[in-house]
Amino acid sequence: MSNLKTLDHAAAAEIFIKDEARTDWHDDTLWFVRQKRDKAVHGIAEWEQLREWASEIKNHTLSNLDNYLIAFEKQAEANGIKIHWAADALEHNQLMHKILKDNNISRIVKSKSMLTEECHLNDYLKKQGIEVVDTDLGERIVQLRDEAPSHIVLPAIHLKKQDVSETFHEHLHTEEGNNDPQYLTEAARQHLRDHFIQSELAITGVNFAIAETGGFVVCTNEGNADMGAHTAKIHVACMGIEKIIPKTEHLGVFLRLLARSATGQPITTYSSHFQKPRSGQEMHIIIVDNGRTKQLGRADFRNSLKCIRCAACFNTCPVYRRSGGHSYHTAVAGPIGSILNPNLDMKANADLPFASTLCGSCSNVCPVKIDIHEQLWKWRQVIVEEGYVKPEKKIAMKGMAWLFSNPKVYRWAGKSGRWFLRTMPFLGNNKLNVWYKQREMPEAPKQSFHDWYQQNKNK
Amino acid sequence: MKVGLFIPCYIDQFYPQVGIATYQLLKKLGCDVDYPENQTCCGQPMANSGFSPLTGGCDKNFVANFDAYDYIVAPSGSCVLHIKEHLKDDKNPEKAQKIRNNIYELTEFLVDILKVEHLSSNFPYKVGFHTSCHGQRGLHLSSMTERVLPQFSKPEQLLQKVKGLQLSYPERKDECCGFGGTFCVFEEAVSVKMGKDRIEEHQKNEVDYITAGDVSCLMHLEGILKRQGSKVKAIHLAEILNHE
Repeated sequence: MSNLKTLDHAAAAEIFIKDEARTDWHDDTLWFVRQKRDKAVHGIAEWEQLREWASEIKNHTLSNLDNYLIAFEKQAEANGIKIHWAADALEHNQLMHKILKDNNISRIVKSKSMLTEECHLNDYLKKQGIEVVDTDLGERIVQLRDEAPSHIVLPAIHLKKQDVSETFHEHLHTEEGNNDPQYLTEAARQHLRDHFIQSELAITGVNFAIAETGGFVVCTNEGNADMGAHTAKIHVACMGIEKIIPKTEHLGVFLRLLARSATGQPITTYSSHFQKPRSGQEMHIIIVDNGRTKQLGRADFRNSLKCIRCAACFNTCPVYRRSGGHSYHTAVAGPIGSILNPNLDMKANADLPFASTLCGSCSNVCPVKIDIHEQLWKWRQVIVEEGYVKPEKKIAMKGMAWLFSNPKVYRWAGKSGRWFLRTMPFLGNNKLNVWYKQREMPEAPKQSFHDWYQQNKNK
Repeated sequence: MKVGLFIPCYIDQFYPQVGIATYQLLKKLGCDVDYPENQTCCGQPMANSGFSPLTGGCDKNFVANFDAYDYIVAPSGSCVLHIKEHLKDDKNPEKAQKIRNNIYELTEFLVDILKVEHLSSNFPYKVGFHTSCHGQRGLHLSSMTERVLPQFSKPEQLLQKVKGLQLSYPERKDECCGFGGTFCVFEEAVSVKMGKDRIEEHQKNEVDYITAGDVSCLMHLEGILKRQGSKVKAIHLAEILNHE
């Protein structure tokens, strides 16, 4: 899977939009999910209260993260789970590799883990000659195509059934041109069943880890996390340090929020609770930092760690819907990805906080009240301050700032600018002017408001 | 009650009719309005692009121009929001704070401060309302489709008082038009696509005009409408409220 950055968001989005019919389809599909979300949440009178509770629980947990993590480790170990700590993606991948080597494992299934995407686990293991089979339908489809998921909840949302049919024909030898979803799903089901039966180790993600009990919860719609964990003799769950919640009683708040925000379902089909290994099974949890403590230390950005990965901000984002997940060139795309990824690599992701109109819809749908659009604004300041900005932009901004600081110069420039635009419209209406590419320029009036006011104020 | 009129730079230069309508409307409604003549820009283009340290000059100029007023009113939710959230004066922080507290977007001022009950306006056309994001989600001028809260709209409350006006909303009631400040240039493709989609929904409703509380959204939509050769026109809300 290639996650190498080749284009910045604007350039990748421009390519995506060239196929306008497909862009419309992508936009409509995600808007449909956003509407389902609206319908589901407007049926809950206490929705805003739930959001507030979730936000407060997460704030509290983030402020006491060390204590809760230690409590979780202690309780999980008492339950017979083996706990591993990974400082970064590489360490996570090495720990996983070690578990595989120690147990001489070669058949691995995986379900519901964006963290392993973030760590590029599949790529890493592939280089060691080990293949991991993603079992969730959407993830399996993109895996067969050697692509990254384009959405954290709907990983293959960028693909149409025809694309899936072609992919399955090539890899699973289904009938060419058969686009029937039921036929294709059945083919995937049979294909995955073989992998489940043969698997020796199952990797899953973690939606919520409960400090009080040492158990964790994985939310899925297809049940593949259970299938994997229940057939394999080893279950390895990978979680970011921010997945902790203090007590079981807090779970209800999040489970009510998660699925409604994600897909408009009242609750995910399966909320699977794992507490201890079954007899004869080994259970491991890899707890990963990978930049999270650094983000925790950034006062302006720490509350991005409240994210429960519902992707509501993706579905509502008018930019995401029209540019597609791959244009964000990161494991977590969309508005939340745009505030998480600069923390991981500011230079590589300097474009992302600018891939937004700051419309604020993302903050409004966020079930844990992350001020996403305000953090986008703040990241822009940090990125400019750190120097990850094109020099021509800097020069233009300095020029504007000077102009607007000097009223007389501003008025003179406005007057002459308008005169030029009126008498020599080609100065604005040309290829160098990006505005003009698909939009007309505003008409330049002879008189500014300032001039009108001077003439009319005493009338 | 002394009202200082803030006419943002691009309205001053390209859409003076919006400034004139705002001025005349406030006068008509009995306000003692004047326009501090050395005003320029609120500083938002720099700040939203990540260059907030460069807004010092704009801030200084803004404070010097508007310090003396009880209320500051502007026909632009976006610029008002920027001042409300970011105006600074390191030497006299209380001056900046006073301005931040007393600045109002036009419809907010008409509804909350002047408590306008009647308007003499007449505008016998079908008008599509574009809900500008900064006014709506930033200044809370109207309820938002994402939130589970009571429904309200200050601009709509005023437009309902206009004789002959038939108001319509696009299907996606409060989706962004794609202008987004410098976003419209640096993310030109997405920006234009968003604008085209907004226009299409209004065109489906067969509107004569698209109106909004922000000239920035309208300038963007107007640019696309004109390029398409559309009959639909863009008009600022102040112009409708001032139209008799």
